[in-house]
Amino acid sequence: MNSSEQTTPLLEVRHLSKHFGAVQALNDFSMSVQPGEVVALAGDNGAGKTTLIKAISGVFQPTAGEILLRGQPVSFATPQEAREKGIETIYQDLALADNLSIGANIFLGREPMRKAFGFLPVLDRKAMAVAAKQTMGRLDFHVSRLEAPVSNFSGGQRQAVAIGRAVYWDAQILIMDEPTAALGVPEQRKVISLIHQLKAQGRGVIFISHNLQDIFAVSDRIVVLRRGVQAGERKISETNHDEVVKLMVGG
Amino acid sequence: MTSTSPTQQGETHVAPQADHGDPARTWIGRIAEGRAWLFLAGLIICFEVWSRLAFGATFVLNPFNLQSIAIFAVAPLLLATGQTFVIISGGIDLSLGFIMGLAAVVAAHATNMAGAAIPLPLAMLAGILAAVLVAGVPGMINGLLISRLRIPPFIGTLGMFGVARGAAYLLAGGTTVPVQNSWFALLGNGKFHGVPYLVMITAIFVVVMHYILSQTRFGQHNYAIGANVQAARRAGIDIRGHILRLYVLSAMCAGLGGALYAARFTAGAAQAGEPLLLDSVAAVVIGGASLFGGSGTIFGTVAGALVIAVIQYGLVFVNVEPFWQFIAVGLVIIISVLIDQAQRRFSGARQDE
Repeated sequence: MNSSEQTTPLLEVRHLSKHFGAVQALNDFSMSVQPGEVVALAGDNGAGKTTLIKAISGVFQPTAGEILLRGQPVSFATPQEAREKGIETIYQDLALADNLSIGANIFLGREPMRKAFGFLPVLDRKAMAVAAKQTMGRLDFHVSRLEAPVSNFSGGQRQAVAIGRAVYWDAQILIMDEPTAALGVPEQRKVISLIHQLKAQGRGVIFISHNLQDIFAVSDRIVVLRRGVQAGERKISETNHDEVVKLMVGG
Repeated sequence: MTSTSPTQQGETHVAPQADHGDPARTWIGRIAEGRAWLFLAGLIICFEVWSRLAFGATFVLNPFNLQSIAIFAVAPLLLATGQTFVIISGGIDLSLGFIMGLAAVVAAHATNMAGAAIPLPLAMLAGILAAVLVAGVPGMINGLLISRLRIPPFIGTLGMFGVARGAAYLLAGGTTVPVQNSWFALLGNGKFHGVPYLVMITAIFVVVMHYILSQTRFGQHNYAIGANVQAARRAGIDIRGHILRLYVLSAMCAGLGGALYAARFTAGAAQAGEPLLLDSVAAVVIGGASLFGGSGTIFGTVAGALVIAVIQYGLVFVNVEPFWQFIAVGLVIIISVLIDQAQRRFSGARQDE
């Protein structure tokens, strides 16, 4: 179907189906992501994009089909299990606690502790700040006030924090659900460059967007979903807006 | 409002520098942060001047006054420390007042019963322990209602308000339960170098609670849940378990409050905490917490509770009709929230999108 034969894909989805009662949200869907590849997932509302990413990220189990991580079949009972295996989802509504610092957000739920006075366990804020600074530096995002709550940052900066959290925990697959939807144009561009960086680091990205401009700016391949089935798959270099739109609406 | 974003720098510069005037460091931010302590200082100065002008006597340098204010603040502060945790998480606990009453009655009964069998000091400890543990039961029910059955905290704890109230009166037989235990009375009224034992216990307790809120994962998760439950859940935090522990903790604070009440008055009364519930919420709000959740500190709440105690005691001291207390406390709450609102508006935080 594509060029994925030479190397083992980072992530492969085979014949995935998900039924909700009589509703077939996803039907016999297959796709793969190579290391360092950005795959765009396009489709109209209700086409099954969200169902697909929820199945991959462990929010619910697929009715049929399998998910392979570096060639090994996996199944996730919870999103935590998926995250431990290196699949991180970045949601459009920004899963950050606005009142906490960048470091506290990166470590939320897995905070490092240290012993004060040799016996009293306390949060290791210093370690969190150092890790935050390093991680954000890797994304070319330079912060001086690491104690400031993330509510002080703009939408694009907070998106960078969410991506930074995934990078820190060494996510190999990042699923990004409309990462640019809530942002202004300059901020959108920054997120696009962040995705380029993730790609350069050899991570796989599944990029969901309604915005064809963004998709063409950042992706290597595009997979189009329509009513739960794969309507087509194209290399970005070999397609154009018109063709993708036709695939999406079924023209 | 994206006015905070720096100038556009093209594609090569990936993320913007994060520096664009940290609003928390503006003067209004500083005032808002420390407003409870400012209120407290202002009130003390106010009463000092008033007292000197009216009676030619000092208000704040009088140790008896300080002791009385501290004693005044103990019970509302104990309720308010638990309430601080709950309000930061985005909830509210309306049942604390009567959980405190229930605990006071339990402490009285348990101390008396244990006193018949074991030495008095041990009986006292048994009474306090029983009060705190029994208080945990309605707390656990609150937590289960809110976390498992998804009942809004306001409704769930309002129901428990009634249940605890009835249980407390039934257990007390509709009257107050006197305590026969000289150690318990000493705990409630004794002093060490002029500092009442009750105040010492409360101070230690408050420091421990501050540690839990500011230095542990439990505290950190509490802030995260108050700001964004979705984010906390996605980060893998066990929300149900946290909420359950949270309401047990706040009820146990009320339990300790009830036990200390019984020590102070050498009697347990079901209505012990009745007027204190709203004082506890007021202390938390004056202390800088937002009722929307996500912000607040224990030391802010300490200042809030002291503000209320100073108003209550100070107005009595300068011979003003006690009904003015309610008006004064009400005004402080409103001004406090207005400062908070102004700070949010000026800082522009959260209004980005």
